[in-house]
Amino acid sequence: MTAPVLTPDVLVVGAGPAGLTAATALAARVGQVLVLDREATAGGIPRHSDHPGYGIRDLHRFLSGPEYARRLVDRAGAAGVEVRTAATVTDWSGDRSVEVTSPQGRFRVDAGAVVLATGARERPRPARLVPGDRPAGVYTTGALQNLVHLHGGRLGGRAVVVGAELVSWSAVLTLRHAGARTVLMTTTQRHPESYAAFIVPGRAVLRVPVATRTRLTRIVGRGRLTAVEVEDLDTGRRRTVECDTLVLTGDWIPDHELARSAGLEIDRGSRGPVVDTELRTGRPGVFAVGNLVHPVDTADCAALDGRHVADPVRRWLDSPDHWDDAGVAVQVDEPLLWAAPGRFRPGGPTPARGRLLFWCRDEIRSPRLTVRQDGRTLADRRMPWPASPGRIFRAPWSVLSGARADAGPVTVSVR
Amino acid sequence: MNHQPGGAGQPWDVAVIGGGIVGCAIARELSGRELSVVLIEARDDVGDGTSKANTAILHTGFDATPGTLESRLVRRGHELLGDYAARTGIPVERTGALLVAWDAEQLAALPALRDKALHNGYQHCRLVDAAEVYRLEPHLGPGALGGLTVPDESIICTWTTNLALATDAVRRGTRLELGFSVDTVHRDGDVTVLGAAGGATVRARWVVNAAGLGADRVDALFGHHRFTVTPRRGELIVYDKLARPLVQRIVLPVPTARGKGVLVSPTIYGNVMLGPTSENIDDRTATGTTEQGLEFLLGRGRALLPALLDEEVTATYAGLRAATENSDYVVHVDAAQRYLLAGGIRSTGLTAGMAIAEHVRELLAEAGLDAPARTDVPPPPRMPNLGEAFVRPYQDAELIARDPEYGRVVCFCERVTVGEIRDALCSTVPPRTLDGLRRRTRAVNGRCQGFFCSAEVGELLAAGTRGDATGAAR
Ligand SMILES: Cc1cc2nc3c(=O)[nH]c(=O)nc-3n(C[C@H](O)[C@H](O)[C@H](O)COP(=O)(O)OP(=O)(O)OC[C@H]3O[C@@H](n4cnc5c(N)ncnc54)[C@H](O)[C@@H]3O)c2cc1C
Ligand SMILES: Cc1cc2nc3c(=O)[nH]c(=O)nc-3n(C[C@H](O)[C@H](O)[C@H](O)COP(=O)(O)OP(=O)(O)OC[C@H]3O[C@@H](n4cnc5c(N)ncnc54)[C@H](O)[C@@H]3O)c2cc1C
Repeated sequence: MTAPVLTPDVLVVGAGPAGLTAATALAARVGQVLVLDREATAGGIPRHSDHPGYGIRDLHRFLSGPEYARRLVDRAGAAGVEVRTAATVTDWSGDRSVEVTSPQGRFRVDAGAVVLATGARERPRPARLVPGDRPAGVYTTGALQNLVHLHGGRLGGRAVVVGAELVSWSAVLTLRHAGARTVLMTTTQRHPESYAAFIVPGRAVLRVPVATRTRLTRIVGRGRLTAVEVEDLDTGRRRTVECDTLVLTGDWIPDHELARSAGLEIDRGSRGPVVDTELRTGRPGVFAVGNLVHPVDTADCAALDGRHVADPVRRWLDSPDHWDDAGVAVQVDEPLLWAAPGRFRPGGPTPARGRLLFWCRDEIRSPRLTVRQDGRTLADRRMPWPASPGRIFRAPWSVLSGARADAGPVTVSVR
Repeated sequence: MNHQPGGAGQPWDVAVIGGGIVGCAIARELSGRELSVVLIEARDDVGDGTSKANTAILHTGFDATPGTLESRLVRRGHELLGDYAARTGIPVERTGALLVAWDAEQLAALPALRDKALHNGYQHCRLVDAAEVYRLEPHLGPGALGGLTVPDESIICTWTTNLALATDAVRRGTRLELGFSVDTVHRDGDVTVLGAAGGATVRARWVVNAAGLGADRVDALFGHHRFTVTPRRGELIVYDKLARPLVQRIVLPVPTARGKGVLVSPTIYGNVMLGPTSENIDDRTATGTTEQGLEFLLGRGRALLPALLDEEVTATYAGLRAATENSDYVVHVDAAQRYLLAGGIRSTGLTAGMAIAEHVRELLAEAGLDAPARTDVPPPPRMPNLGEAFVRPYQDAELIARDPEYGRVVCFCERVTVGEIRDALCSTVPPRTLDGLRRRTRAVNGRCQGFFCSAEVGELLAAGTRGDATGAAR
């Protein structure tokens, strides 16, 4: 049986905020745009993130996740984009062709350009190498919100949340909605990491004690979770906290399987594909946007990546012989873990929102950012905002303005 | 022919205690005869003990102790299970193994291992130098001095093996009693009455004890004190499928007195496995992982296959080997008591299970339970393929065209479809729990461990059983 072949101008893999926004922007610039998503419903993570805080920078609204997802889907539809759901891209069959499984059959897509927008997920318990039993009742935020918001799950009892960043508070809200009380949040940091806006309602309204400098050391329970063991990193003292639910939040890893199986260069820190300021990967005609590239940003910023990629895709379709992916690499020193975009052409186009994005391991209240290239200092500035673990740290693109094309990688550090 | 006992209160011809690989293989073997058979399992599923958490290698027996029962049955089991797998669709990958010597002492031990293999009737081992080791496995860490190839060691799906044997047994007429923990034994004339905590009983003329980690306790219920099971825990780390290109065959250490040491191997599901540890413990239910165990494995992994440590971990687990004071299997029949013990099936029972069953049938026949072979045995079941190296439903265009549910992927990481989950739920031995469903389909077993699909899979399970959707994630 030979598989049917679809031949859109652009294939977008992933119907989350980044993919849908890219498709909507592309529909106005190119011919046929096809979006594929493996989920039964388009919209990505916001579908099951049922609290307000979405759409601020891209739609200039303050929406709940599900509302935001619906709006993006509607806009794509109105723009003439074809969105196919329950369609899983399983493999590559050519530079810009993929194999797809769906209830309508197994088919192939040969596209002029491919935009990867496959998002990111949280590392589950095994990937964090947490020892102990393997009882039921251990979730990631994604699994929890799926269960509670899309499948009406109820929990009850006592919950422990690992992490104290934005997504962790989102988990606490979901737990409360599901009938569970969060008795403890833990973070290895000295301070809870989330936005101030969340800390206030978090502490005052939700009244959750946060154990800082604390790590999870063991999971206890045969069949059902009964307790976790946590360790104070400063004293080494361990204690047991009884609970029925454990939510492991944050610790993101991009859904990079298609990117990796394409053999794209992968950033060692983010584990996403390396892109340039036009979101181009190393493979001609293949682009990457959203949380796949910078795990994780807020949905609106992922969406704005999608908008940013439209012109470069159009340019590629117009002149496909033109794919100069040479450029200067952006490297980081710890505690920075990665930078995006990871490559740029001095004097070339600026990235989405004119920002250079980083992930920082530690909390730095008043970071001083230094950029060097080949022994020269290109920038040395005190930043007006903190660098916090668990969320993107941004710098204006101008910090790279003195870079030369022929002087090797630039290296960024913060203190 | 009716393979149920004659009427109410009539005893079964044979009761087999333990629904692991060994018990299921025995029940299958005996129900191929003119016998009524009941298979009793304490848990709510077959294959939920040691048989679910091992390294899943179909051994040749090259390194067994020559002359032991284990040596003979592993060799025979390799043949029987290899054939049976081909007929039932249990996935097997003939990867071969490579023993690697990392120091002079290990290097010096290799020729003796080759000779031992010869004594065990295995003739295909070959000594190779360091250059050949790295040609075969280019990603191995530095320091390998030489190796020994064992071309017929293979990887297999232990879950499908257990399930195929159970399914076959049930289709042959074996009655499966789940959730029945044998706590008491007494005699009533020539019938043995097995009792469970709630007061339920099973009456049988003959009893076979294949209770794995519990075999010594069941043996004691029959008045014997011949051995003690000391659980030997083995912890394992399973790496992401993206690590699969790093290793092509089972890379074994040179065995020591303590066991086979830490190996690194592809798995039948397309992952890479690192383990197991080997630690004697007291608690027969301690299947959790430990900080020390995982740390030790990471250290070994770093030396064996350094690039592996850059990959994501998909799963960690531990299995308990039913070690005893005997180094060999303990298989004894007591004709007067009409009781047979198959215990101490420590670290090779997956491979040897079918051969143990054959041996058990012969011993029972000698002891007086000699029933003719049935002429009407149904053909063996065709099992759903869980092997990554063979076509799976999501890849099968014709299958999807016939039934779109095989095109509806629900577990994205493992690419399990609604069609497969539906099939599992209405199979001969259906799952009752999420764990049972995982072992039948691979659902929720992948890199995201349920981030995307646990709720949906839980719902499908709940719809198919009376399961609990909140048991979905772990
Ligand atoms: C718990 C939680 C709370 C959050 N709260 C907020 C908030 O309040 N405000 C905010 O702005 N942001 C929030 N975020 C972040 C926000 O959800 C993400 O930044 C955003 O969803 C990223 O969009 P994306 O398009 O890059 O990826 P995703 O939304 O992850 O979408 C990726 C899509 O790709 C599909 N896909 C992947 N692989 C394949 C394949 N092989 N074939 C077909 N389809 C595929 C997936 O099914 C998915 O639909 C939150 C995130 C989480 C987890
Ligand atoms: C880490 C590890 C790695 C291994 N690797 C391999 C390998 O690569 N290849 C290989 O061939 N073998 C391997 N093995 C060995 C193999 O897994 C075992 O030999 C085999 O699974 C034993 O099967 P079993 O049926 O005897 O025991 P089990 O699978 O434990 O089954 C016994 C069953 O009896 C039930 N039971 C116990 N007491 C009672 C009672 N009183 N009433 C009712 N039911 C009861 C239990 O619930 C259990 O389900 C490995 C083992 C371990 C631990």
